[in-house]
Amino acid sequence: MFPTPVERRSAAVQNTYKALLPFALILWLLPLLMVALFSIKPDSDFTQGNLWGLPSSFAGFENYTRVFTDSAMPRYLLNSVFITVPTVIGAVALSCMTGFALGVYRFRGNIWIFFMFVAGNFVPFQILMVPVRDLTLNMGLYDTRLGLVLFHIAFQTGFCTLFMRNFIRALPRELIEAARVEGVSEIRIFWYVVLPLMRPAIAALSVLIFTFIWNDYFWAVVLTQGVETQPVTAGITAFNSQFRAAYHMMSAGSIIAALPPVMMFFLMQKHFIAGLTLGAVK
Amino acid sequence: MPANSDPQTRSWWSANQIRLAPWLFLAPGMAFFALYVIFPIFQSFQISFYRWDGLGEARYIGLRNYEDLFDDPAFYTSLRNNVKWLLLYLLAIPGGLFIALFLNQQVRGIRLYKSLFFFPFVISQVVVGLVFAWFYNPAIGLFNPLIGMFGFSPMNILGNPNTVTYGIIAAGLWPQIAYCMILYLTGLNAVDPEQVEAARLDGAKGWKMLWYVILPQLRPATFIAVVVTVIGALRSFDMISVMTNGGPFGSSRVLAYYMFEVSLSEYGFRMGYGAAIAVILFLIMLVYIAFFLWRMWREERGY
Repeated sequence: MFPTPVERRSAAVQNTYKALLPFALILWLLPLLMVALFSIKPDSDFTQGNLWGLPSSFAGFENYTRVFTDSAMPRYLLNSVFITVPTVIGAVALSCMTGFALGVYRFRGNIWIFFMFVAGNFVPFQILMVPVRDLTLNMGLYDTRLGLVLFHIAFQTGFCTLFMRNFIRALPRELIEAARVEGVSEIRIFWYVVLPLMRPAIAALSVLIFTFIWNDYFWAVVLTQGVETQPVTAGITAFNSQFRAAYHMMSAGSIIAALPPVMMFFLMQKHFIAGLTLGAVK
Repeated sequence: MPANSDPQTRSWWSANQIRLAPWLFLAPGMAFFALYVIFPIFQSFQISFYRWDGLGEARYIGLRNYEDLFDDPAFYTSLRNNVKWLLLYLLAIPGGLFIALFLNQQVRGIRLYKSLFFFPFVISQVVVGLVFAWFYNPAIGLFNPLIGMFGFSPMNILGNPNTVTYGIIAAGLWPQIAYCMILYLTGLNAVDPEQVEAARLDGAKGWKMLWYVILPQLRPATFIAVVVTVIGALRSFDMISVMTNGGPFGSSRVLAYYMFEVSLSEYGFRMGYGAAIAVILFLIMLVYIAFFLWRMWREERGY
């Protein structure tokens, strides 16, 4: 192991390390802790200049309830769910198929199609913005959740294909060969042989895509407007102008908006990190 | 199988299915990707030769948009800021490595520490931007009291054209360092312990060990870290939009933001001009895409 494990060092070093850990963590999360503290303070603390001290009374419950009762936040959160979940399903389904095609079959052009997906995935959004907005307008899907979902599915298919194809490449080929010898059709091989083995990849991708799409802001601003369709990342701007200078409310709103992917991460940590660090180890 | 009992269909399908199957599986994904990603790239190139407000008739003006671009001070400001982003964002890599080395221990509770250090990456950039905007805020933020402890006088980071871009980059580094950290933690996990022990017996330690033994083994992690960091730097949009709207006086614009402003803000819908900016941004990115693909191609040949 590198660096040398602290267990092998003197007691003094061990204790210093253990004391340093929480200190470093607090320093690292300081801006976030500040916002968390704001979100449980009553309004009066801000007018009386009690900014960073302990809250004069615990107002967390009130503040967070008000986010849900006095603003359009529930609507934005719901929009986010209706945008994120179909995108995850669509992108994972499409990329299971493309990944299977590119990972299992040897045919001419295979590598070029693969590279097309990979390259497209790195493209700056701005080069797509004007044509995609125009296309969405022409299809009558501007300012609808469906319009946003269709684009997200298409774009995420690039990254998902890269992921799925590499995963399938690493599966034992003998399984597929054996099934072919038995006369099993290709579609059945996909469905009954390969797909069950892809479960960990599907789980990892789903969590990753969920986070990416939930946190998308750019396309939300380009393809939607208003409370009926916009996800929470875009809605938070409207929320903040409603509660202008009410920092306790804006803080509570931001924390609510950030929470779903954070919960997803802590619940599915293993899959999330497996997906994110794919390729970091040979 | 009864469904395949007809000898004629059976023989045709079994003779051709291996050839046809990949295309059937590829068709839906490729169609979507072509429609929403591949064609639009070419369309943007085309639109950049037109004057177009997004609704009316588009008028062909040749290279006029590009000529205008080279006389546009806002374009140069954006380009300069893009360079700052690119260079300073790379600090996320040593930063992430440093934290990964710090956390690569096996004391009690270390897993929770790793998760908590990582999770800024999971928060949306919009919220990170808001959090840092308040953190810097001279009226309510912790930033000024904090630097005051070290004897610095208070400043308004986001209100000053000379500091605003650095302030936003620092905010952007926060999740990016977390990302690089997790890449390196995974990489460190896979470092061969026997090599480390052997090097230790040979008297290697500290910096020497890191440079000659550990870093070479972390190369795949470093490569991914560079790729995602460069792309992240060129994609910076959310934070600028949330923290400053490109201001003050347009001093924190980058190409990605300026392009959006030109094509879709209240100042007018100049789609052609915006497309020209997007093309420049795309060409910069193309260098990295080509590099990445070239490396991948080299590896694929090894198969």
